[in-house]
Amino acid sequence: MGTQKLEPGEPVIKFALLDDVLNLARANSLWPMTFGLACCAIEMMAAGASRFDLDRFGAGVFRPSPRQSDLMIVAGTISKKMGPAIQMLWDQMPNPKWCIAMGNCAISGGPFEYDGQYAIIPGADLIVPVDIYVPGCPPRPEGLIQGFLALEDKITKGESRNLLRRFRRHGESGS
Amino acid sequence: MGDLVGSEWFRLVIGLVIVLAFSQLNALFLVWLERKVAGHIQLRIGPKEVGPFGILQTIVDGIKLVGKELITPLSADRKLFVIAPVLVFMPVLVGFLVLPFGPDLIIRDMNLGVLLIFAFSAFTVLAILAGGWAANNKYALLGAIRSVAQNVAYEIPLLLAALSVVLMVQSMNFGQIVQAQGKIWFIFLQPVAGLIYLICATAETNRAPFDIPEAESELVAGFHTEYSGMRFGLFFLAEYTNMFIVSAVATSLFFGGWHGPFGFALGLPGVVWFLLKTYILIFVIMWVRWTFPRLRFDQLMNFAWKVMIQLALANLIATAAVLKFV
Repeated sequence: MGTQKLEPGEPVIKFALLDDVLNLARANSLWPMTFGLACCAIEMMAAGASRFDLDRFGAGVFRPSPRQSDLMIVAGTISKKMGPAIQMLWDQMPNPKWCIAMGNCAISGGPFEYDGQYAIIPGADLIVPVDIYVPGCPPRPEGLIQGFLALEDKITKGESRNLLRRFRRHGESGS
Repeated sequence: MGDLVGSEWFRLVIGLVIVLAFSQLNALFLVWLERKVAGHIQLRIGPKEVGPFGILQTIVDGIKLVGKELITPLSADRKLFVIAPVLVFMPVLVGFLVLPFGPDLIIRDMNLGVLLIFAFSAFTVLAILAGGWAANNKYALLGAIRSVAQNVAYEIPLLLAALSVVLMVQSMNFGQIVQAQGKIWFIFLQPVAGLIYLICATAETNRAPFDIPEAESELVAGFHTEYSGMRFGLFFLAEYTNMFIVSAVATSLFFGGWHGPFGFALGLPGVVWFLLKTYILIFVIMWVRWTFPRLRFDQLMNFAWKVMIQLALANLIATAAVLKFV
């Protein structure tokens, strides 16, 4: 007996099968917000365009309104002035929602972080909860797609449980 | 028992169930088709990983939308905000009541079928205005205003174009209009009206190049900026069902309804011809959307008031003159 210990972020009430089905749907239909901050956004656009085509994974529906998106890609340097706007956009998104920090600036400030700097917020995780970090300066579109796949794995708890997606990564065993 | 099966109410209930199921399936298919068409036009593949050819993608999107949080903004008009997505979907369903899918496949073959379908499609605008107004968001309101201005402008040439067909058949009954096209479709007799109808129908359904009510570069997402989850899904569903209705009306007014080309049915039943032609028209609308850039608002209004209405009016008068004197 006794109360079960909950992991941080673990829901108190669980609907076993329904949760699995919903997570499967959420993982395969990640609609990102049309939202870019700096040069990483160019790579994000490239990832959505013809050569890389995020829409293959159902993630190509870039919604202009935060109310309709599931995923925020912080793509670029977060200046101090932009910080509150990003926070507000994050708050406007409906739950459940996820965040990808794309590029070194969004992870830790990148080349703009040095002693005495006054202009940027070094890291998206200082203002919004980040799920996946995609390093690079900027990361190539393949890197962002890798980030998407990692986020899908996180949502479905392992690639082997993502029954809907036909594509499997080789050499990487799902947990 | 036989009394019940033959009764009007029974027909209506069965019809409603079929129509609801059909409109959902149709929207699921069309969203998938739109993404596939968009992909291939942009040299991409489109949805591919979820199910064969990505066919399950829209089902997955739907399940996800149901599972999303429904946000009602604090400053919104709650009642209107909740009811608008339902309102936008209802008039679309009414359209199915009079559509002639086949010689015997009309739920209600009304004398004023054409009038009913256009009257109810005009009602959609009210729901869009209600949604944009209730959200209490400047972008939503601007989108709604644009939508209303555009729909009022394009309704007139749309009706005038349909009226020239009605003049030729001397009936507003869809069954009789389609019957009159057994040998030769009205698109060959009324090419101008047909073209005007297709252009106005694209504008009526708020699709590119006339999608300024939801122009992303100016208005975030237009009238449904504040809608999340399945409420947004209903707007989406209504848009695609509306597209089907508009194409189906074009099929029965100008493209011969359930008849094959030039009286050759090629052994196919009427429903197959009707759906085939409707989906080809829908494909054309999608093709146009992903090919042309968005118009500016003043260009759009000028085009409606200075070109389309005059052209449609001239066409109507010419039709009337030909019918009277030839």
